Amino acid sequence: MSFSTWIQMGGYAMFVWPAYGIAAAALGLLALGSIRRYRLAQRRLAVMMATRRGEDA
Amino acid sequence: MHRFANPARFMRMSQIVLPWLTVVTTLLLVAGLVLSFVAPPDYQQGESVRIMFVHVPAAWMAMCAYTSLAAASAAALIWRHPLAEIAAEETAPLGAVFTGLCLVTGSLWGQPMWGTWWAWDARMTSVLVLFFLYLGYMALLNAFDDPTRGRRAAAILALVGFVNVPIIKFSVDWWNTLHQPASVLRVGGPTIDPSILLPLLIMAVAFTLLFATLLVVRMRAALIERKIRVLDAAAGGALG
Repeated sequence: MSFSTWIQMGGYAMFVWPAYGIAAAALGLLALGSIRRYRLAQRRLAVMMATRRGEDA
Repeated sequence: MHRFANPARFMRMSQIVLPWLTVVTTLLLVAGLVLSFVAPPDYQQGESVRIMFVHVPAAWMAMCAYTSLAAASAAALIWRHPLAEIAAEETAPLGAVFTGLCLVTGSLWGQPMWGTWWAWDARMTSVLVLFFLYLGYMALLNAFDDPTRGRRAAAILALVGFVNVPIIKFSVDWWNTLHQPASVLRVGGPTIDPSILLPLLIMAVAFTLLFATLLVVRMRAALIERKIRVLDAAAGGALG
């Protein structure tokens, strides 16, 4: 099977590719957003703990 | 159960589990995607059957996530456990995304196969209701000045809304719908050819693990944010 035939998905390309594209975008953004939030929280906590240690010293 | 629901224990255990979970999820997602495009076209649906490898796992996850949301809400209401509260709060956005994905991919499959983007079919309508239940839960959670009241109201909505999950599952048996009856989770075993069933099941496991991974990440983030708020309050709000 040639690449162009595969891309055409037997005439269903305009339905198959958007389905995978939307799934990748939605789940990718969800994952990136979750990781970003987690890292931000970790950084904020680290800064807060460092500030408290500085105050205690 | 209470022993394992300790936030400090959860943080310790999840720190060990999370890297492994991430690796297995990534490998299964890649394997599932490859198999989704290697599988032969369906004799009736042709290449459009590939949409099913995303649509069906998303639909299963939409229902599984809501079941988790209802279970966590029940635990939060009964035992007032903070980890159950956080689990419920962090499950809702994940469930909403999977439900939205199920609706959109279903629509993309429905147009070439049924000749319509949308029909008020019992299965589709009950999944749309599920999507609104997720949105309602998240809206209710933030609708009160007192967060405790918001959590309680949202938990009650989650429990009441759980009645919709069996309705979704059995809608194809109870009503005359466009959707075919159950073809995987049924008495007598699946009716799908193994060449289609294998990628479908691998994608389903991959989506389940993705949900678990993201839930752990989000719960860890929420617990850290709570700790920051407590420390901030102890410091008199000086650190913002």
